Amino acid sequence: MKMTKGPESAVRASPVPRRLIPPQRPRSAAEKRRKLRTRVTITLFLLPGLILFSLLVLAPILLAMYSSVFKWNGFGLLPKNFVGLDNFTRLLENEIFLGDLQRGLILIVLSLVVQLPLALAIALLLNQKMRLRALYRLLFFAPYVLSEVIAAVLFSMLLSPERGFANEVLGFLGLGSSSFLSEPDTVMFSLFIVLTWKYFGFYMILYLAGRQSIPKELTEAAQIDGATPWHVFRYVTLPLLGPTIRITAFLAVIGTVQLFDLVYVLTGGGPVHASETLGVTMYDFGFNRFQVGYASAISVVMFVLSLVFALGYQRFVLRRDLEGATTTMGGGRR
Amino acid sequence: MSLTRRAVVTAAAAALLLAGCGSGDEAPPAAGGSAPAAQEKVVIDWWHIQNIEPMLPVWDAMAKEYMAAHPNVTININPLENEAFKAKMTTVAQSGEGPDIYQTWGGGVLQQQADGGIAKDITADIADWSGTFNPAALAAYQLGGKTYGVPYDIGMVGFWYNKDLFKKAGIEQPPATWTEFLDAVNKLKAANITPIALGGKAKWPGHYYWTYLAMRIAGLPALQEAATAKSFENPDFVAAGQKLKELADLKPFQNGFLGAPYDTPDGQAAAMGGGKAAMELMGQWAPTVQKDTAGDLGEALGFFPFPSVEGGKGAATEALGGGGGFAVGVDAPKEATDFLKFILSAENSRKEIATGSLLPVVKGTEDAVTDPRGKMVVDVLAKATGFQLYLDQAYPPAVGAQVNDSVAELIAGTKSPEDTVKAITETAQSE
Repeated sequence: MKMTKGPESAVRASPVPRRLIPPQRPRSAAEKRRKLRTRVTITLFLLPGLILFSLLVLAPILLAMYSSVFKWNGFGLLPKNFVGLDNFTRLLENEIFLGDLQRGLILIVLSLVVQLPLALAIALLLNQKMRLRALYRLLFFAPYVLSEVIAAVLFSMLLSPERGFANEVLGFLGLGSSSFLSEPDTVMFSLFIVLTWKYFGFYMILYLAGRQSIPKELTEAAQIDGATPWHVFRYVTLPLLGPTIRITAFLAVIGTVQLFDLVYVLTGGGPVHASETLGVTMYDFGFNRFQVGYASAISVVMFVLSLVFALGYQRFVLRRDLEGATTTMGGGRR
Repeated sequence: MSLTRRAVVTAAAAALLLAGCGSGDEAPPAAGGSAPAAQEKVVIDWWHIQNIEPMLPVWDAMAKEYMAAHPNVTININPLENEAFKAKMTTVAQSGEGPDIYQTWGGGVLQQQADGGIAKDITADIADWSGTFNPAALAAYQLGGKTYGVPYDIGMVGFWYNKDLFKKAGIEQPPATWTEFLDAVNKLKAANITPIALGGKAKWPGHYYWTYLAMRIAGLPALQEAATAKSFENPDFVAAGQKLKELADLKPFQNGFLGAPYDTPDGQAAAMGGGKAAMELMGQWAPTVQKDTAGDLGEALGFFPFPSVEGGKGAATEALGGGGGFAVGVDAPKEATDFLKFILSAENSRKEIATGSLLPVVKGTEDAVTDPRGKMVVDVLAKATGFQLYLDQAYPPAVGAQVNDSVAELIAGTKSPEDTVKAITETAQSE
């Protein structure tokens, strides 16, 4: 019979009903025991998740941090040749790494000022009543479902300089041909087009969901007050989409910092490093050059960049969106 | 309480299950059970990269034959695609547990595996039959006086050219010197033919040009000394870069070559096989890949060695190449080397050569080459007076990768010949 009690008390002890209980109520021994049992139950339920998280997320992070201060070729169980912060100082002199940061910044800016507004525009368009609306939504979302590798292989064929479809079309239209992925000057532009094609559908769906949760009454009221469509967008839709926009900007930045598979398959970071990202450089040093310590240093930089940005963004930008949420670890509570 | 007890039981069961997974590489129960009790049962894990026809079935059959003759030996064959093999090998190397027999190209990577306690010193184990190999073929696996592997294939890099396109451009004979070579490039360009196919995305095809020029100008000993001294600051290497820049400045490569891969339908081999480019600098496997990706040039395909450079220290008979070999894991049973002796016997070597995908490494099997393209390579190789392993294999991986990288930048025109030498030196010193 004891068994059934466990989960029951867990429900009773959850934060919501507790607010109803006056805090000054004296605690009996029975309640303490019940609380302890609740803790045990929670721990047991959390344990499998915690173990997986520690093994698959925490341990690799710590291991990477540990090996980043060693000169290590990856052979043997653990590194031995301690070099302090040497890997990091070498990184600061590595022009490919510095180029990665620069290219990352360019991609982030482009995502924020081109990709997201485009997704927003299409989302608002597809929110209108029109024929085949569901089909359009499906079509625009489809690229996101596709695997990165497949998308990259597809575009490497489409944009191939010799026999690519894109150049056939340009030639047919009498526009000559473009080098797309095969020249250092054009590769970033082409890469960004592919990235936009791949990811805008995801942001579009988020915006669409956000737009649909805005009550119709608000726009109607604004229209009755004589607001033009632009005014409705500027003063009703946009502010109410704020939380969604803030979270998509967050995802776009983090995603760009960690960009790897699509670039690796599409261009390999080339030609001559012109489209290389932090992830590609890390892979090259780790798996081609067997400088695992150095590659770990790059991964630590990526981790720190993402972490600092994520924490700062949550603290300063997402704060109001997270208020009242249950998963803020106390950050959202007063 | 019963809840936690059950949890404990579940956890214990899970632990047992995990432990069960971990012991997967132990010997499975004997199938026949007819082996003499005195002979210990052994399992040999064999990783090779001949994962396609025609070699895959040949080695399968040999393994079966060996197991039939030695009932106590079980050979687990794991054929992997080239890149998949490298990735998998990197992962198991970190755990310190490699397979018993595995693919190697010798040189710097093998050296690291030897230092890291993955590859076994087999000098003594193969002492009684190491003399059967062609010494040039075995040399790549001999490091610091010890032997860590045995070869099963060897070949070299040279220019594969389209005789019809050469004729069209009015080139009578394959060029023998660098000046003649540049002249041929100009003639081809004048005839509106793409002179050279190059896969710039893959990087390694480009490094052949710089390496061969360095071999011809600085000579073989200089490349060896540079690796030992960790310095490539040698005017001859800069000169090699300048010669390559001379070539790149003629714009001899196909449209969009910087983004072109090697072995896909829009890559280097396809441009050559499709008759769109007049030559490519590539190893003995080039005809096979041309056929795979575009088409077979047949009789029109010719082969000539890399031209000599006037005033250089190296001879035109020195070859750049490499092959394939097998290294033996540190914990491998002694049957592993015995099995290698079996598949590399003269008789079995002939069977392997007969497939047309491997070239002879065992003395006296040269006549088994029937494929005309293979013959062209073997003939040049037979006259070779010196042999250099591909730099991206000979040197430690980071240095090899830097050579590939820097030469790619040189060909693209983003770096100078001096920068190339400087960057390679810096990487060598960081090792």
